[in-house]
Amino acid sequence: MARYILKRILYMIPTLIGVAVIVFLMLRVVPGDIVELKLRGDGAAVSQETIEAERTRLGLNKPMLEQFTDWMIGLVTLDLGKSMWTEKPVVDEIAVRFGLTIQVAIMATILAVLIALPLGTISALYKDTLLDHAIRIFTIGGLAVPSFWLGMIIILALLYYFQWLPPVTYTPIYVDPLTNISQLIWPALAVAYRYSAVLTRMVRSSIIEVMLEDYIRTARAKGVFERVVIARHALRNAMLPAITVLGLEFAFLIGGLVVTEQVFNLNGLGRLFVQAVSFNDFTLTQAIVMLIAVVFIVTNLVVDILYALLDPRIRYGAK
Amino acid sequence: MTYLRYPLGAVLAAVVATGALAEEKPVRGGILEYAVKSEAPTFDCAGSATYAVMHAVSPFYSMLLKVDLENYPNLKGDLAKSWTVSDDFKTITFELHPNVKFHDGSILTSEDVKATFERYRNPPQGQTSIIKAALEDIDTIETPSPTTVVFKLKAPNKAMIQIFAIPNACIYSAKKLNEDPNYPRQTIMGTGPFKFKEEVKGSHLSGERFEGYFREGLPYLDGFRAVLFTQSAAVINAIQGGQVMGEFRAVTPSERKTLEAAMGDKIKFYESDWSTLLLLMFNTEKPPFNDVRVRRALNLAIDRWGGSKGLAPTTLLRNVGGLSRPNGPFATPESELVKLPGFGKDIKAAREEAKRLLKEAGQENLKFTLHNRNIASPYTPTGVYLIDQWKQIGVEVTHSQVETKAYIETMNAGTYDVAIEFNNNVLEDPVHTLLQYLSYDKSPVNKSRAIDRELDGLFETMLREIDDNKRREALLAFEKRAIEQAYQVPILWWYRIVALNSRVKGWHMSPSHLFGQDLETVWLAPEK
Repeated sequence: MARYILKRILYMIPTLIGVAVIVFLMLRVVPGDIVELKLRGDGAAVSQETIEAERTRLGLNKPMLEQFTDWMIGLVTLDLGKSMWTEKPVVDEIAVRFGLTIQVAIMATILAVLIALPLGTISALYKDTLLDHAIRIFTIGGLAVPSFWLGMIIILALLYYFQWLPPVTYTPIYVDPLTNISQLIWPALAVAYRYSAVLTRMVRSSIIEVMLEDYIRTARAKGVFERVVIARHALRNAMLPAITVLGLEFAFLIGGLVVTEQVFNLNGLGRLFVQAVSFNDFTLTQAIVMLIAVVFIVTNLVVDILYALLDPRIRYGAK
Repeated sequence: MTYLRYPLGAVLAAVVATGALAEEKPVRGGILEYAVKSEAPTFDCAGSATYAVMHAVSPFYSMLLKVDLENYPNLKGDLAKSWTVSDDFKTITFELHPNVKFHDGSILTSEDVKATFERYRNPPQGQTSIIKAALEDIDTIETPSPTTVVFKLKAPNKAMIQIFAIPNACIYSAKKLNEDPNYPRQTIMGTGPFKFKEEVKGSHLSGERFEGYFREGLPYLDGFRAVLFTQSAAVINAIQGGQVMGEFRAVTPSERKTLEAAMGDKIKFYESDWSTLLLLMFNTEKPPFNDVRVRRALNLAIDRWGGSKGLAPTTLLRNVGGLSRPNGPFATPESELVKLPGFGKDIKAAREEAKRLLKEAGQENLKFTLHNRNIASPYTPTGVYLIDQWKQIGVEVTHSQVETKAYIETMNAGTYDVAIEFNNNVLEDPVHTLLQYLSYDKSPVNKSRAIDRELDGLFETMLREIDDNKRREALLAFEKRAIEQAYQVPILWWYRIVALNSRVKGWHMSPSHLFGQDLETVWLAPEK
């Protein structure tokens, strides 16, 4: 297992290099000039000389190869440079938003699992009953309703019925847990609904499939209690595909909740990403893309490790 | 009982009057939380033209002069206790308030003013100054005493004095500039009513009262927090929900209705003409827009007076005006404005003339693309409206709406046909507002790429002439020429509506969204 993990970590390197090259080239190809936006975007009469001076200062007049070399060296030394828009270190820009984004992702995941596991199991065990149909309608709703729209409804409901809105600026959980939860529970719920819908359906279909397996029949024949059959035998095997979904969805939440963040006015990575792309902020966009790539790769690795832990038949690197 | 009524009435009136007076007397204390819809890319006042910079840093800095918002557009002293302008308009002398402190406790002197303006007019390598061009007439800056600054100009410039009131002309510490010329970009340290407290990127910026502020008794607020929102709807919700007490740039008429319905007398609206407009820009390097007949025809087809009525209820657009802000000190009176092509009220006659011109130019079946930004208000409705107007004269137009950065790219490359361009004026004098219309080789912001030496000459007259009547004549001639040639013409001017919680007092409205943001006189009435 250790060799497998090490091998996977080493495989990350060429993957990340590939992503770095692609994102670098793509950003230089798309139209837009951050300097024009910054200096003339609000209709000001700024001279071309000033524009050129700013471009030089930001390194945009350097040859492409030099810019690329600087980028790759920076990547290796973990010096991601400064945001071209705010001129603050990219690491600082991301760090400010990372805590909130990770927390929303974790809360949404926990809520989704708490909703999906019981509902998916019940739905599978009571297949084709009224209960199953009700749960399936609930999950279809989750798939159909965009999380940002649900977020807007939550905001409007809070405003209309309680004349109250969540705090508008982020307070870390270790500073004031109550304020923190009162702000982030709502976007977590809005996101978790859709998340749990996907997971519930996956759990349901996996359990249905597993319940037909021979070892389930054997366990029942041996006189094992049904509750134990489900918890120890069925659920554990049914979780494998669900974990894959869990991993993919979690990775998506890092940087993917752009509209939801806007609805709740969250200072998250999604909003930062869109802003960076809108402003043609090369350094920041490149860094966020690399971060998301790392998150996806690491999440996939964690999922694979969990697979191995859950299923003893899977032993990576074993002869 | 009559004899009791009057004394009782008098007592009641006195009580009411006392209550009213007490209500209007500024109250010290409180933190003002307000929304900003854009994040400042820099803290350097002259580092970027986006309003987000001034909405973020204005409370922390002072300028030499300020626009007197109670007597707009007159100027009043800020750091300057008094000032004089020589008769030939070549020397401006400022006497500074003594013992003005920076937030670090050091005393402001004339050297700080000199160092600041030297930086603005000759930015060192790596520094940006969006007001550099406006300061080109400055020859030398002298500091004969610690509280005296003398600006000597290369040539007479009657409008130069206004530059010292532009919010982007914040005064920095010479000592800190010597230590680090870059300091204004990342660090906030000025002489303003508030000193820097905290910034969380992407979230908020806050300041607290500067106890050493040179105006005694000010500011009233204990502090403020500017909270970043990226979505207008979220701002409106936040105002309703009490998370913020307002937003200082503008709300649309529809947002105003929403707030009015939800909050009643808990919200107050401030309204003003806005020194911002949308321009119709023709690419004069691309046929057939190099033909003045085509440009004039397309201009004549637009019913601005009708458009104003139709667009005003739902967008930020409202006023019909020439090159200067309608109802402003340099505005052309309506009686003269209607004589200019495209601004008359007989739209039928105008459109007949437009069709005739197109026929004469051989462009009866004209088709082109209107290049526009993909911003809902007011760009989209403006584009839709123009296309409808041109349809009335048989011109077929495709509406191309793109993201702002792609829009700017196309404008710079000069590959567009016709575009809707945005122009924001801060000051009122034409030499500060008409740079857009100068020849392309003199003013690269003129994306129509037109070269017109007559306009350049008239501008030079306005710049150098000190006789107001002659300046006015030059302005009218400039406007007439610019609109007749129609390289770029005003579509409609914007209208500003600011929504603030009714507890917010002491803020003054103005035609520019950059003024009044120092929050010096703002106070919060107690909650009822």
